[in-house]
Amino acid sequence: MPKLTPQEVQHIAELAKLALSEDEIERYASDLSAILDYAQQLQEVDTDHIHPTASVLPLRNAMRPDEARPGLEPEDALANAPASDKGYFKVHAVLEGSQ
Amino acid sequence: MFSSHLSPFTQYEVVIGLEVHAELITKSKMFCSCSADFFGAAPNTHVCPVCLAMPGALPVINKEAVAQTIRAGLALNCTIAEDVRFERKNYTYPDLPKGYQITQYELPQAVNGWLDIDTPDGVKRISITRAHLEEDTGKLVHENGASLVDYNRAGVPLLEIVSEPDMRSIDEVNEYLTRLRQILIYIGASTGDLEKGAMRMEANISLRPAGSEALGVKVEVKNLNSFRAVRNAIAYEIARQERILRAGGQVEQVTMGWLEAEGRTYVQRSKEDAHDYRYFPEPDLPPLRIERAWVAELAASLPELPHARRQRFVAQYGLSPKDADVLTAERPTADYFDALVAAVGEDMPAKKVANWVMGDLFRLVNDNGLPISDIPVTPEKFAGLLKLVAARTINANTASQVLKTMFKTGEGAQTIVQREGLAQVSDAAALETLVDRLLAEHPDEVARYRAGKVQLFGWFVGQVMRETRGKANPGVVQKLLKDRLNS
Ligand SMILES: [Zn+2]
Repeated sequence: MPKLTPQEVQHIAELAKLALSEDEIERYASDLSAILDYAQQLQEVDTDHIHPTASVLPLRNAMRPDEARPGLEPEDALANAPASDKGYFKVHAVLEGSQ
Repeated sequence: MFSSHLSPFTQYEVVIGLEVHAELITKSKMFCSCSADFFGAAPNTHVCPVCLAMPGALPVINKEAVAQTIRAGLALNCTIAEDVRFERKNYTYPDLPKGYQITQYELPQAVNGWLDIDTPDGVKRISITRAHLEEDTGKLVHENGASLVDYNRAGVPLLEIVSEPDMRSIDEVNEYLTRLRQILIYIGASTGDLEKGAMRMEANISLRPAGSEALGVKVEVKNLNSFRAVRNAIAYEIARQERILRAGGQVEQVTMGWLEAEGRTYVQRSKEDAHDYRYFPEPDLPPLRIERAWVAELAASLPELPHARRQRFVAQYGLSPKDADVLTAERPTADYFDALVAAVGEDMPAKKVANWVMGDLFRLVNDNGLPISDIPVTPEKFAGLLKLVAARTINANTASQVLKTMFKTGEGAQTIVQREGLAQVSDAAALETLVDRLLAEHPDEVARYRAGKVQLFGWFVGQVMRETRGKANPGVVQKLLKDRLNS
């Protein structure tokens, strides 16, 4: 498989909300390409007569009854939050698009 | 696609499709047992390791949410899929703790349905592409350069209903949304409470020259939280796109947001930064195999739907389509009316019963702010009153007064009529004496009437009604007066 382009790496990084330096982009282009090449081996398997499947488990319809139970105490819920305020998780401001 | 050779006289046709998200009525969330009744709760008080996406926590499907989705799919005339599975829709945003939303993508629960709407040209069928189940996101509050996140709503079951681009006007959109909301409320799938965010809309809007079959470039407008916002945003987009096309420009394929306060759309993202959601099957959830017996059971649990009920009210009760629409708009009202007509029986035509309900009863219900299912005047009690009217024991005016008292005290009509001596005087002999006395007391008016001032007739009727405190049978009074005055 051809090596990933810097643009492709940049796109993937943006989807994951990661800021990469030029060096990192170059390094990940190689690393990610190597991973893709490895996964590429799967293409060699003949799947012509295999029904597409999403799960190999024999399980179907694993559902629970609709019953509400108390969850975490708010202090516990927020215990590992990097920042919190008035019971909220606090994160960097996010707004999509330019208003 | 649209180029500048179009003349300034080109008429454009608008093409609209809608995506509606409705929160389902369940006790617990979609994949965990946190209470789904989060409205007004303090932030992050309805959360657990699953809906906070703590490592190792595993989702389990809420059966009731699946049942509600199937019921909604059936009510929207969809095919209910046998093989259904959940997938991960990947994107990074703080309202989504896992970094993905669990939704149905390739194998949705319900497909290929339709919803009939009324238009000035008759009934129009709007195709429904799919109705699927997913989880709601958390809520963000933007404050002082930071975003505050509340995950109480994260993981609440959400039904998404996607229409084909079949609507051609804002009126059709409004009618579609109204009917859709009515159905979801009727079947108990959603509260439809827009003020509490239980329904949120997105609209796809494009223009094309009238008569053209090809679709224009569409713009998607998100975060529309009221029907008014939908109407305003579409009107704004139609005008904006038409301006661009008339100037010989091209509409850009973008996703927009709606700023309700400013009354305008704004670009959220262009085609180039379109999200790449990288869907894949959710490995933590085994697929569903929807048994046909269960679907049949759920179909049997559906109530009579608004459209069918409207038609029945016209056919069975002889109501006008407009009155049938008013009386079936909400299920409790329609239930009340059905029970009332049954209790009144043959004594009064249903059309007349409808007038009583839409007039006096609706006024009292509105003034008291009670749901019709909780009012003290039960259908049986109201029927008792209407039977007294039908039997001419009391006249219409008296009945209005008695109904007010019934509303206050919860008493039966008969009790009030007897206690207050309101029974109508139909006894011709008694009324005759009264009429004769009145005519003797007012010789001038009698003379003027006989000289041609016929308008005085109403005045004489009024005098008799006053003397009997409104209890006189108006028919008998009029006949007596005519006999006497014209002889
Ligand atoms: Zn939870």
